[in-house]
Amino acid sequence: MKYMLLICAEENAELNAEEQAEIEPAMDAWLKDVDGRGARLLGSQLRPVSDATTVRMRGGDVLVADGPFAETKEQIAGFDVIECADLDEAIDVASRHPVARFGSIEVRPFWTE
Amino acid sequence: MTPDVGEAVAGAFREEWGRVVAALIGTTGDWDLAEECAQEAFASALKTWPRDGVPRRPGAWLTTVARNRALDRLRRSAAEAAKLREVAALAPAGEPGPDDDSGIRDDRLRLMFTCCHPALPLEARVALTLRTLAGLSTAEIARAFLVPEATMAKRLVRAKNKIRHAGIPYRVPPAHLLPERVVGVLAVLYLLFNEGYAASAGADLVRQGLCAEAIRLGRAMAGLMPDEPEVLGLLALMLLHNARRAARVDAAGDLVTLEDQDRDRWDRAAIDEGAGVLDAALRRGRPGPYQLQAAIAACHATAPDTAATDWAQIALLYRRLGQLTPSPVIELNRAVAVAMAEGPAAGLALVAAIEDSGALAGYYLLPATRADLLRRLGRRPEAAASYRAARDLAATDAERRYLDRRLSEATDPA
Repeated sequence: MKYMLLICAEENAELNAEEQAEIEPAMDAWLKDVDGRGARLLGSQLRPVSDATTVRMRGGDVLVADGPFAETKEQIAGFDVIECADLDEAIDVASRHPVARFGSIEVRPFWTE
Repeated sequence: MTPDVGEAVAGAFREEWGRVVAALIGTTGDWDLAEECAQEAFASALKTWPRDGVPRRPGAWLTTVARNRALDRLRRSAAEAAKLREVAALAPAGEPGPDDDSGIRDDRLRLMFTCCHPALPLEARVALTLRTLAGLSTAEIARAFLVPEATMAKRLVRAKNKIRHAGIPYRVPPAHLLPERVVGVLAVLYLLFNEGYAASAGADLVRQGLCAEAIRLGRAMAGLMPDEPEVLGLLALMLLHNARRAARVDAAGDLVTLEDQDRDRWDRAAIDEGAGVLDAALRRGRPGPYQLQAAIAACHATAPDTAATDWAQIALLYRRLGQLTPSPVIELNRAVAVAMAEGPAAGLALVAAIEDSGALAGYYLLPATRADLLRRLGRRPEAAASYRAARDLAATDAERRYLDRRLSEATDPA
């Protein structure tokens, strides 16, 4: 089953020096693990919401706005598309992502029918 | 239809509904199909058992009929050809006997863990458990939780959709997940029990029936996971609480506190069963919150009256419970027990500590407990003031009536 992991975190999350230093090696370890299992199909970190543009078509007009589609405390910082046997496996993969420690990982199944 | 066939079908429904539905979900993977075919099997029993007699193994009969019905329906649905191949590949199984050691787990366990999966909203876990394992109708579940039937129907549909679309697996969780998932299942069962228990004072039999359902499911869990001490602990707790049911409510429909209950109205058989289950749990040497709560209930249940209760032991048990699952309510209960064991002054000190911490600020039992302890120390004006404060926080008429009685006792010039 295919799932999208939406990696969400507060952009100004206050991590102490120790937490900050842990992220990169933890990220490498996570990638090594999921890629090794063949579970990760695609993924990337995303630029912060200050670089985002939101597009809407209303009444024939293209509306272009600066920023994300919704103002939320946590924002989408990255995504990963994973392939797992079931939700428990997807939950396990998501829980090991370094951002899970201070942010949230939304696990959304792909629409297949 | 003779009364005993009707009874046999009703009895079979209570005993076997969950098993039949669980088995069918296992073989077809389709929750709606499973429920519908189970329903049809029971309808079929109502027609044929009066004619042919009640089968020696009703569960096996019902499962076979339901499975055949499911096969029929899948056969007719071209899109289900793949499912049909899967089903046909499985040997037509008989009921696993009670001593079945083949390692085939009872399907009800798979169903229970799936219904209680953490990815489902809590209300949905409760509703799904009642629908698929206890066989309550949507209308009955709606009434039990005081929501419109359409709301409950939607809740059930959404839950089944989530299971299918999000890929919640139909299985007993693997060993590394089992401990936390067992906790989740027990939480759902305890929630069910508390809903029924809270409804004791009302006239709604469906809500009161939730206690019986929770205990029935708790017994099934205990039978299926006899080595899990907290599973046994919860069953013991529910049995011991439920044993006091008849004495909890007076003629006016008000709640009677433990100390005032007529202990002759307690169900001794249930107390004995609960105490026995608790012993079996404690023998495993892995204490936990449910076992501790059950032990406290057992202290009360086996005491002839309030004065002869082992309050020191209860205070100790509350202290250990508070260490495992810290909570100001547990601490308040400990204060009450300490007051009984060591005198009101000792209890008052603990109550003061809770008040200082700011916890339980709007909870009427905090000032009510303080009032009670002050009254026992003979400090009646202060007691009266605290009863008034408690009365301001009370949420129901029953609570207010109880506090008014205490207040008048405290202000009575005699």
